[in-house]
Amino acid sequence: MKHFTFAAGLLSASMALADAPVLTVYAPDYFASEWGPGPSIEAAFEKECNCDLQFKTGDVLSRIILEGARSEADVVIGLNTDVTKKARETGLFAAHGQDNSQLTLPLTWTDQVFLPFNYGHTAFVYNAEKLREAPQSFDALIHSNDELKVIIQDPRSSISGLALVLWVKAVFGEEAENVWEKLAPKILTVTKGWSEAYGLFTEGEADMVLSYTTSPAYHIVAEGDLTKKAAIFPEGHYLMVELAAKLKGTDNPELADAFLAFIMTDTFQNLIPEENWSLPAALEVSEWPQAFQELPLPEKVLFYSEEEAATLRGVAIEEWRRALSK
Amino acid sequence: MAPRTFQITAGAAVAAFVLFPLWAVWRHSDALASLGEAEWAALWFTLKQALLSAFLSVFFALPLARALARTQFWGRQFVIMVLGAPFILPVIVAILGLIAVFGQNGIFNLLWTAFGFERISIYGLQGVLLAHVFFNLPLATRMLLLGWTSIPSERIRLAQSLGLTARGRFCCVEWPMLVQVVPSAFAVIFVICLSSFAVALTLGGGPRATTIELAIYQAIRFEFDFATAAMLGFMQLTVSLLAALIAVFLGMTNGFGFGLDRSLPCVARPAFEQFWDGMIITIAILFLALPLAILTITGAAGLLELPPSVWVAALRSVLIALGAGVLCLMLALPLCTRIGEVIGTLGIAVSPLVLGTGIFLIVRPYVNPFDIALIVTLCVNAVLSLPFVLRVLRPNVEQTSKTYLKLSQSLGLGPWAQFRWVFWPRLRRPLGFSAGLVTALPMGDLGVIALFGDAEYATLPLKIYQLMGSYRMEQAASGAVLLLSLSLSLFWIFDRWGRGDAAH
Repeated sequence: MKHFTFAAGLLSASMALADAPVLTVYAPDYFASEWGPGPSIEAAFEKECNCDLQFKTGDVLSRIILEGARSEADVVIGLNTDVTKKARETGLFAAHGQDNSQLTLPLTWTDQVFLPFNYGHTAFVYNAEKLREAPQSFDALIHSNDELKVIIQDPRSSISGLALVLWVKAVFGEEAENVWEKLAPKILTVTKGWSEAYGLFTEGEADMVLSYTTSPAYHIVAEGDLTKKAAIFPEGHYLMVELAAKLKGTDNPELADAFLAFIMTDTFQNLIPEENWSLPAALEVSEWPQAFQELPLPEKVLFYSEEEAATLRGVAIEEWRRALSK
Repeated sequence: MAPRTFQITAGAAVAAFVLFPLWAVWRHSDALASLGEAEWAALWFTLKQALLSAFLSVFFALPLARALARTQFWGRQFVIMVLGAPFILPVIVAILGLIAVFGQNGIFNLLWTAFGFERISIYGLQGVLLAHVFFNLPLATRMLLLGWTSIPSERIRLAQSLGLTARGRFCCVEWPMLVQVVPSAFAVIFVICLSSFAVALTLGGGPRATTIELAIYQAIRFEFDFATAAMLGFMQLTVSLLAALIAVFLGMTNGFGFGLDRSLPCVARPAFEQFWDGMIITIAILFLALPLAILTITGAAGLLELPPSVWVAALRSVLIALGAGVLCLMLALPLCTRIGEVIGTLGIAVSPLVLGTGIFLIVRPYVNPFDIALIVTLCVNAVLSLPFVLRVLRPNVEQTSKTYLKLSQSLGLGPWAQFRWVFWPRLRRPLGFSAGLVTALPMGDLGVIALFGDAEYATLPLKIYQLMGSYRMEQAASGAVLLLSLSLSLFWIFDRWGRGDAAH
C-alpha cells in the first residue's frame, strides 16, 4: 500500500489544497520550469500574499481561446506582442490597472490590458572565437560570403521565428522577399523552435543562430564564457515584449491585481535578468546586474503594434516561405 | 483467440479514443477549413518523404534482418537490442546525435573532406530520409527478423535436403514470409513518417520540407484555426488508413504452412555468405550506434550531477511506461486480427497535437485537464504503441491458431487451458518483445500534452526540453543519456523475460 501511495503521489497532478486562496496563473512551460523564473517568483509572491500561487503550464493562448469564459485562470503570463490581437479580441481580459509610466521599455507603452514584464531583441548570436569577422549589420549579413551559415527558427511554429520575419519586414519593407532570397543560401536550416536551433549552434553546426541580444549574458553569468556575442545591427533590432494580463472572469480579482502590482515591484523585476535571461520591463539600467549593464544593446529599436503585426504577419511569412522554397 | 466481445470492445475503445478527439476539434471550429497553396505543397511533400522513407527503411532492413537471422555471434542479442535504440529517442536528441556524425563538422564529413572530397550537406531531402531511416530501420529490421525466425524449421530443412539453390530457397521459403511481413512493415513506417515534423523541418533545411504536421501545429497554436487543423488531421488519418488497408490486403496470402514448431540447428554456410552478412551487420551497427555512442559519451559525464528533480521525472516516466505497457498489451491481444491491425494503426495516424486538443476539449467540462495530464499521456502512449505491438503479435497469434487450434479443439481444451498450453509458450517471446517495445517507446509524447502539460509533474522528455529551453544543453544531453539507458534497460528486461531460457 505504501508503494502504491508513493506511485500515486508521483502520478497525481492535483496538489493538496491548502487553506490559503489559490491564484492560478497560466504560463509557458519554460517560464514555470525549475530552470525558469517561475519558482522564485512563486516563493517571493507567496511570502507577501498569504496565498497559494499555482502555475499551470502549457500553450497559454490556445488554452485560453479554447476555454473561453470558463477558464479557471486568474492571470496569464508569457504572452507575446505579436499575437495579442487575437487575445484581445476574445474580450476575456480585464484592465491591468498598473501605471504604464513606471515601465522602462525602449518605447512608450500605453496598453491598458497587457502589461509588459520583460523584453529582449531578436539578434544573431555567434562565437567570437570561431567567427572572427562576424557581419555587424544586416547589410553585411546579406552580402556576406555564402560560406557563412546561419540557423533560424520557423515563423510558423516559433515566436522568435515570427519576430525575425517581422524584423526583416520592418527593415526592408517591400524589399523583404528579395532580401530573403539573398539570405537563403546562408540559411543552413530552419528549426521548429528556439531550443533546437540553439542546440545545433552550441554543437558548432553553424556560425550564427537567431536568438536574443541577452543570450550572451547567460554564457557570461552562468558559464563564465565570454566568447558568445550578439551582433548589433545599426539598421535596428526587433523588440520582443512578454506580457501578463488579468482575466475578467477571475474569482480572485484582488489577488490577481496584487500579482500584477507585484510584477511592477523591484523584487519581481530583479528576478528577471538572471532567471529569465531577458531584460526587466520596469527597472532602471543602473539596477541591472553588472553583466546585463555591460551587454551591447541596439540603439535603434523596431516594433510593430499588434494591429500592424497581425496585418503583416501573413504576408511576411509567405514572402519568407516563397523565397526559401526556391 | 479472444472471444468476440473482447475484440469488439478493444477495437471500439481504440477507435473512439482517436476519432472522438478529431471530431471534437472539428466541431469546435466555427469556420470552414481553407487549404491554400502552402498546405497542398505540405501535403505533397509529406507523402513523398513518407513513401521514400518507408521504402528505404524496408529496403535496407531486408539484408540486415536476413543477416541477423542466419548469423550467430557473441553479443548478437545485445546488438539486436541496441539497434532498436534510435526508435526510442526523443526527436531533438536523435537529431543532435545524427548531426554529430553527419553534420557540417560531423565525423563523416571530417573523414570525407580528409580524402579530398567536397563536404556533403545533410540538409535537404537526403537529410530527412537519412533521419527517417535511422529511426525506422531498426523497427523494420525487428519486424522482418521476427518473420525470418518464424519460418518453420521443417521448411528450411526440407529446402536443404532437396538441395535447393540460394535462389530456390528464397522463392520457396523466404518469399512467402516476406509477402506477408513487408507490406505491413512498410505501412507502419509510412504512417509514422506522415506525422514527422521537427525532423523533417530541421534536416530538410527549410520550408521546402514542410509537412502536414507543421501546418497543423501552425493552425492550432498560431492561427487558432481549428477547422483547418481538423481537416488536415482528417487527411492524415485517411491516408494512414488507406495504407494500412492496402498492407493488410497485400499480406493476406499465407504461405507459412505448418511445422512441428522446432528450432533450427545451425548449419555450415558458405564463406562468402558469412562475409557478406558480417559486413552488413557491421555497417548497420556503425550507422545506428555511432550517433548514440557520441551522445552517450558527451552526456555520460554529467549524469550523476543531474538534479534530483530529473531523477524523479525519470521514475515518473518509468511508471507511465509500465502502465502504458500493461494497457497496450491488454488492447493488443484481442486485436490480433486483420481488422484489428487496421484499427490499431489509428493510434499513429492522427497528429498528436490534434489528439491532445480534442481530448482537452472533451474532458474540459468534466475535469480539470491538468489533473489527468499524466493519465492521458499513459493512454496515448499505449495507443501509440499498439500498431508496433500488433505487427509483432498478430503473425504469431494467427499462426498459432492456424496450426494448433484444430488440435486443441479436438483435445477438448477449454479457453484457459488453450491459452496456457498452446498460446502462452508460443507467444511468450513476442509478448516479451512487445512489452519491451511499449515500455521503451518515447516516454511521454509532448505534442499531446502541449496544452496541459504540468511543469511540476514533468516526465523525463519534458525535463530534457526544459533544460534545452533554458540554455542548459549539456545537462539536457545527460538527461538524454538517462532516458536512453532507462529505455534500453526496460526493453532488455522484458525482452529477456520473453526469451526465457530460450527453450522455445
